[in-house]
Amino acid sequence: MSPCVSGGGGCLPSPPVLLGSRSQYPQPKLLEQRPTELLTLTPWLAPIISEGTFNPELLQHIYQPLNLTIGLTAFAVGKYTCFVQRFLESAEQFFMHGYWVRYYIFTDDPKAIPRVPLGPGRLLSVIPIREHSSWEEVSMRQMETVSQHIAARAHREVDYLFCLSVDMVFQNPWGPETLGDLVAAIHPGYYAVPRHQFPYERRHVSTAFVADSEGDFYYGGAVFGGRVGRVYEFTRGCHMAILADKANGIMAAWQEESHLNRRFISHKPSKVLSPEYLWDYRKPRPASLKLIRFSTVDKNSNWLRS
Amino acid sequence: MMDRPSQDRPPQQWPLVALHSAGVLSPRTPMLATRQEGAGEAAGKPTSLYVVTLQRMVYPQPKVLTPSRKDVLVLTPWLAPIVWEGTFNIDILNEQFQVQNVTIGLTVFAIKKYVVFLKLFLETAEEHFMVGYKVNYYVFTDRPADVPRVPLRGGRRLVVLQVPGAARWQDVSMRRMETISSFCAQRFLREVDFLVCADVDMRFRDHVGVEILSQLFGTLHPGFYGAAREAFTYERRPQSQAHIPRDQGDFYYMGAFFGGSVAEVHRLTTACHQAMMADWANGIEAVWHDESHLNRYLLDHKPTKVLSPEYMWDEQLLGWPAIVKKLRYVAVPKDHQEIRHR
Repeated sequence: MSPCVSGGGGCLPSPPVLLGSRSQYPQPKLLEQRPTELLTLTPWLAPIISEGTFNPELLQHIYQPLNLTIGLTAFAVGKYTCFVQRFLESAEQFFMHGYWVRYYIFTDDPKAIPRVPLGPGRLLSVIPIREHSSWEEVSMRQMETVSQHIAARAHREVDYLFCLSVDMVFQNPWGPETLGDLVAAIHPGYYAVPRHQFPYERRHVSTAFVADSEGDFYYGGAVFGGRVGRVYEFTRGCHMAILADKANGIMAAWQEESHLNRRFISHKPSKVLSPEYLWDYRKPRPASLKLIRFSTVDKNSNWLRS
Repeated sequence: MMDRPSQDRPPQQWPLVALHSAGVLSPRTPMLATRQEGAGEAAGKPTSLYVVTLQRMVYPQPKVLTPSRKDVLVLTPWLAPIVWEGTFNIDILNEQFQVQNVTIGLTVFAIKKYVVFLKLFLETAEEHFMVGYKVNYYVFTDRPADVPRVPLRGGRRLVVLQVPGAARWQDVSMRRMETISSFCAQRFLREVDFLVCADVDMRFRDHVGVEILSQLFGTLHPGFYGAAREAFTYERRPQSQAHIPRDQGDFYYMGAFFGGSVAEVHRLTTACHQAMMADWANGIEAVWHDESHLNRYLLDHKPTKVLSPEYMWDEQLLGWPAIVKKLRYVAVPKDHQEIRHR
């Protein structure tokens, strides 16, 4: 029998088979023609989540009894603490409603983290981290910090963990449809672009190198997650690759996002979130994306990174 | 130093980096490494609890704005893949599964005259079923001497398990649940990672591979994939454990092809057996026997993958419609009267 993963919510058979009895919902339509839909399955049979692919009530019915705890990490370093209020308030409204939730906000200035009122069963931990010399350094250390945090603490406190960028807000429900062993999100800038134009790291010397003929989707560094054990392996793997590059005096084109993308080619995600879950407010929304759930907010990049 | 694109920064003096490990978790902690439990999660993705590193492969890019199939549903409302031709790239899946060194068990019951189906079943399985993987065929029969010798590829073996026959074909069918359940604990848990439970009066005609593997899978009955749930031949009498009311039900699954991890197949077969015992004590037998109970179970315990009717077809009855791109596992024509009563 599989051993238990002990998280905040209790014992989780690994992985769960979903009970869904006695709830009323329409019959799935096997033969429906759906001309304006997005791809809903990757070639390795991982679901691609978008509005209309799932029944939220059915999923709630299935996942609620599992008593899961979902963790959420975000880094608010330097001036980025100004995003925390809106981030948390919107998470309170839309993120994993009805579940046990633990926010982990990593910051070099704990006093600057606002106290946002939280619903029942939802806890905030503010975790101090040391200052770094540059925003790139901050960015590259996140993988290491998350993996260490999981090992030290989070593996005991949560069943699933999402690592999100803090300079964003939730605008629509983010629920158990996002839960999976290893979860990635499609970057809003590249979902219609051929792979040779993805901004992968293209220098052979980097551990993040991806050839022109490789790649499935360009995933965004601002959203990834999964079971806490898988996120540990993933972040640790990225961190090791980042260190190897560092030893060779190289920094990948898009920092940890480059490494994340390299790793997701050789360790494919078991679930992929459509750009509904990682949107850029500056882009016009295409008809095929029915709902934006998590999006960037207006900010002045230059000011923030100085 | 290599050419640097404009967004690159000049190389810094990196401080000496002390590589430290977290200490508490190593890549193969107990929560990750279970051989017996099947791979995959609710979404049916074939990733396992092991860390799987894929070799570099070249294959066409998936397109976010282009569904792989426009004519059929490929994802259930609870996010289980529905496996049709065109939805999967077998090379990627084989890469993922080969690294895990999985062993697949295939159970089949050949009671009384049904032994006559074994030769074709096994020969075609050798050609099409999980080729390249370790496979154990578990042939349950009351006539072990009549089990044909079929040459097997490397890594594949045949295990003959003697079981008593039964007078009624309905009982033969239903007893399979009890038998599979007890063998799960007795041996399957130790010997295989996944179990596939199949009818014997069938043959494989095209590829059936690791795309089907998941914690728990059922197969769409080829006669009902287009039908409304009210028309499904569920057991409708409330007195039966298999009862499903007319306004419920996702799909009508066929009893002839189901499977999953050993643990999940164990749960399913145990539950179905117990439900059939309860019915027997109440003097009722479900309209389609073990299949009725399977359907009730899969309503309550959603499968993590659903196989399209490609995986369960009868060309004599149903022809070959365009929607079914491949006929993978098909009925062998038989004389029901003849075969059931000897």
